[in-house]
Amino acid sequence: MIRPSLPPILEVHGLRKHFGEHLVLDSVNLLVPRGSIVSVLGRSGAGKSVLLKCLAGLLTPDAGEVRFENGLLNGVGRRCSYLFQANALFDSMTALENVALPLEQTSRLGRREIAHAARDALKNLGLEKFADHFPAQLSGGMQKRLALARALVMRPQLVLFDEPTAGLDPLARNAVFGMIVQYRQQFDFTAVVVTHDVPEALSASDRVALLEDGRICFEGTPVEFVASSDCIVRSWQQYSRGPDQPQPIARS
Amino acid sequence: MKRLLQAVGRDGLAAVAGFGDFALFLSRAVTGALVTRQLGRRWMRAVHEQGVRCIPVVTIVGLFAGLVLGLQGYYVLTRFGSAGMLGTFVSLTLTRELAPVLAALVIVGQAGSAMAAEIGIHRNSEQIDALVTMGIDPLGYLITPRLFAALIVFPILTVAFTMVGLAGGYLSGSALLGLDGGVYWSAVHSAIRPADVRECILKALVFGLITMAICCHSGFTTHRRTGVGGSRAVSVSTTRAVVLASVATLAADYLITSFLV
Repeated sequence: MIRPSLPPILEVHGLRKHFGEHLVLDSVNLLVPRGSIVSVLGRSGAGKSVLLKCLAGLLTPDAGEVRFENGLLNGVGRRCSYLFQANALFDSMTALENVALPLEQTSRLGRREIAHAARDALKNLGLEKFADHFPAQLSGGMQKRLALARALVMRPQLVLFDEPTAGLDPLARNAVFGMIVQYRQQFDFTAVVVTHDVPEALSASDRVALLEDGRICFEGTPVEFVASSDCIVRSWQQYSRGPDQPQPIARS
Repeated sequence: MKRLLQAVGRDGLAAVAGFGDFALFLSRAVTGALVTRQLGRRWMRAVHEQGVRCIPVVTIVGLFAGLVLGLQGYYVLTRFGSAGMLGTFVSLTLTRELAPVLAALVIVGQAGSAMAAEIGIHRNSEQIDALVTMGIDPLGYLITPRLFAALIVFPILTVAFTMVGLAGGYLSGSALLGLDGGVYWSAVHSAIRPADVRECILKALVFGLITMAICCHSGFTTHRRTGVGGSRAVSVSTTRAVVLASVATLAADYLITSFLV
């Protein structure tokens, strides 16, 4: 799926972010190849979500730049989508209304076309029977799929996933990463996934980056990650085959 | 002394920054009308939330305000042999002061608090961030319809409050205490001038804009509450919204009255 002949879809150069005295991101550099799944690993509080929010324009970095397709990225807009850790679905809207919202507010489509596109998006993620349900009436996994349907309805080129498996059991974690791989192939987007689930990230990703002390201390393929002799990477390798390791994610 | 000066300076700067932030919020919310799609639908929903749901409580408060005014006014005016002026007293008190102020306080308590809490929950659950990531202006989407709704709801409910209050004054002054109904309504008719109605509507418009903007701003900035988070932050935002909006209503009432009298 990676097209190495093409330039990276996303380039991060020298990104810095402070919160008061606390330096969270310190000259972060990252390249995201077009069509790839890049997982950013790191401990809780390492600044993974801050990095993603800087990429999404939700936080303004103190220094550095984010380039999207060779242009400065100014917020996510229509070309990128963001999947929040807690899904951030509008609980007073039905599943269909949630998915239709970005189309209603940012596209020039008519009401019928919007409803049709939103139903299509729900159908693609197996939620067509739940169009009139409210998010609270759906299971955790279905809410995640609904959030993904909303993120994909604008046909984004880049999707940012903020800890999509937080709080899920190992099987559900595996299913979520499987969903990312499957829909990446189906909808042809590039994904940046922030996570601390090492086995799933290694199984599903094309590239892995490790964030430590505000810097990217490793960037490479999952094979390079497992083979690395770097002491920080080695401390993470022991989690790559945990006792609750589920079946490897099926990839075509 | 030095510490006192430092504290005063720090609080002064914070207050100026707060006013600046609020002014920016208000201007961005108003200009949000230019970029928001389907504003009409959301505006109608906001009118329903602010207006229709407040009708019962505004009616009840208006009725009791009129009843009390009629009762107090009748006994005070009787002492001076001027019971026939009850209609004048009730109508001018309601139109110039009580109706705009009390209706605003009631709407703030009913709709403003709910609005601050709802927007605070949107903020806490990252729904406002989600709007940003979808390329939707959160101020235009969430705040603009509510502010525009206030410009319709406040005048209408204030007029409704006045009418019910006048009826309340009639009930206590005429139906219960025996003042001739014709005398009461005749005094009401001759007392209210177009300028009083204009003052009443102007106050309702200003109170509507200020109070709903304060409630929306308080909810929208829930994530900035220092020392608290989660549901506690929403609770603090809601309380702060009601208190600030109530104080702002009374302060604005004094300012408008002092300019118009």
